[in-house]
Amino acid sequence: MRTDTADIERPAKTPAFQQLSPGRKAKNHIATTLFALSFVVAVIPLLWVLFTLFRRGLFPMLSADWWTHSFYGLLPNDFGGGIYHALVGTLEQTLVCALIAVPLGVSVGIFLIEYGRNSKLARTTTFMVDILSGLPSIVAGLFIYALWITTFGFDRSGFAVSLSLVLLMLPVVVRVTETMLMIVPDELREASYALGVPKWKTIVKVVLPTSLSGILTGIILGLARVMGETAPLLILVGYSRAINFNLFDGPMASLPLTVYTARKTSTEAGEYRMWGAALTLVLLIMLINLIATLLSKLFAVKTK
Amino acid sequence: MSESRNSERRPDPPGEVGDDPVHTTEAPVLEAPVTPPMTPTDRVVRIGDRIFRGIATGSGVFVVAIIAAIGLFLLIRAIPALQANEANFLLSGKWETGDPDHLAFGIVDLAWITVASSLFALVLAMPVAGGIALFLTQYAPRVLARPFAYIVDLLAAVPSVIYGLWGALVLAPVIKPVAVWLNTNLGWIPIFGDGNVPADSGSNVFTAGIVLAVMILPIITGVAREVFARTPNAQIEGALALGATKWEVVRTTVWPFGRSGFVGGSMLGLGRALGETVALTVILSYTYEGPHYSIFDAGATFASRIALGSAEFNNNLTVGAYIAAGLVLFISTFAVNALARWIESSSGRGKE
Repeated sequence: MRTDTADIERPAKTPAFQQLSPGRKAKNHIATTLFALSFVVAVIPLLWVLFTLFRRGLFPMLSADWWTHSFYGLLPNDFGGGIYHALVGTLEQTLVCALIAVPLGVSVGIFLIEYGRNSKLARTTTFMVDILSGLPSIVAGLFIYALWITTFGFDRSGFAVSLSLVLLMLPVVVRVTETMLMIVPDELREASYALGVPKWKTIVKVVLPTSLSGILTGIILGLARVMGETAPLLILVGYSRAINFNLFDGPMASLPLTVYTARKTSTEAGEYRMWGAALTLVLLIMLINLIATLLSKLFAVKTK
Repeated sequence: MSESRNSERRPDPPGEVGDDPVHTTEAPVLEAPVTPPMTPTDRVVRIGDRIFRGIATGSGVFVVAIIAAIGLFLLIRAIPALQANEANFLLSGKWETGDPDHLAFGIVDLAWITVASSLFALVLAMPVAGGIALFLTQYAPRVLARPFAYIVDLLAAVPSVIYGLWGALVLAPVIKPVAVWLNTNLGWIPIFGDGNVPADSGSNVFTAGIVLAVMILPIITGVAREVFARTPNAQIEGALALGATKWEVVRTTVWPFGRSGFVGGSMLGLGRALGETVALTVILSYTYEGPHYSIFDAGATFASRIALGSAEFNNNLTVGAYIAAGLVLFISTFAVNALARWIESSSGRGKE
């Protein structure tokens, strides 16, 4: 014990933290345990879903036919066949969706950060992007149905699906572009302006390349998100067991639609296809997520 | 540019004269003593800038227009069906759309199943999500917090059709005893009473709510994590210096600071739950019997009713009935999401 004069002025009581009553201690422990438990509670369904998928879906994926054939001509009780037709559909629909959503979304992001900052239009746009990100996918599908099919008179097709997916992917792209452009330091822009570079060239040649990896990562994550959407597909395109490369004509399979359709076939072969397609879809999404993570690690944004 | 001679000011970006009204108006005053007045050619607005600015602004306007168009087109397409409707749209529980000449549809039953499953999901998900967010921001070691958060986010990457399969085929049989126990022992509480399907069937709001809770967990956790992490360090340190235990720190500083943000995040989760389609279509069994206002009811939500009706999408009048239901869903999710954003943004402003 020190015997400084200052000690005399201190209160005689020992500081509060030395007299931690058992009750407070117990409460603290209970709280810590509960918080940790809630995390565990969230992990259980994730592992459970993945375990179920691998256990029931892995077997069909092991045959070579799975990747090279369709379900064309198979009866409900026939095993065999493959998911090639659905892979084609999923990839085509999401790629066309990305072709529309990415330029549009990046452009909205540029507007929000480079041109509109805090203007009334920008605030309205941000609000609408928020609303769009909460838009139920079935409503996106209904809207495209009301616009593309009822009003414009087109047939149900894979392209209609792509259009509805655009609505769901757009907010993801806008949000990520916005965040990434925001962290580009203003000094970079000013340096470019000082050299006499016009604003639009500054954005294209300086601002966008600086934030490119972040935007790319976000786009890929957005792709993974819309890839699993099923609801708009139900009303916008018919399911086909055959391979159809044409986005604009005829029924077209995709992985989520295959899972949903196979669920209605209550045969053993139907279940085999259903879980196989489900695992294929999840693996595809996991692969895409992995690519996004690698991309963001490879080209980390240089902010300093 | 000539005006950059003045060392007090940052150089104006050339070629964006129209962008910056403040600088444009004061420019002549500042540069007058040093440089000759600008000639019109210096001030030329580059065509590239014009175009680029136009495209960017146009995209912003386009997004606003899309939302307006969604409301408008759904309304236009719903009106003919609503006019032909022989039942009361808001008060009837019927859904008879097979014969376009005699449409009779109403949303009462849909509204009950939608609200019951979403609220049940919210009741389950909110405490867990709050706990996870507190665990990740206040308790988990720094090194692990990020990978742990990533694991929770992975829940959002699983497509809803797969949650549906898992819920109907794997989860429902496992939780059957819990459902039966609730029904037998707490059945005197109306909400746990007999529904329109047996409690042990699994294809009811009880299963659907649990699956929905899992699906909205990452959304609520994500928002809550952000607001809890923004708690001012001085407050936490202050509480610690007063001798508070970790739990007391959380209760007295982190929780009051992040509470409204957490509620906002939960509203976002609610919005998601209201619009969830395929998982519910797969899990809930469809029944023509009206609801008994119990969580052991089955039936359809707005969204799953539309998905189930996709086979009937061949007659404009019939489709109108589904579009009317979709319009109600759109308006409710719009309201819930707008409210969520408002709570979130006002919570940030009030505290900082």
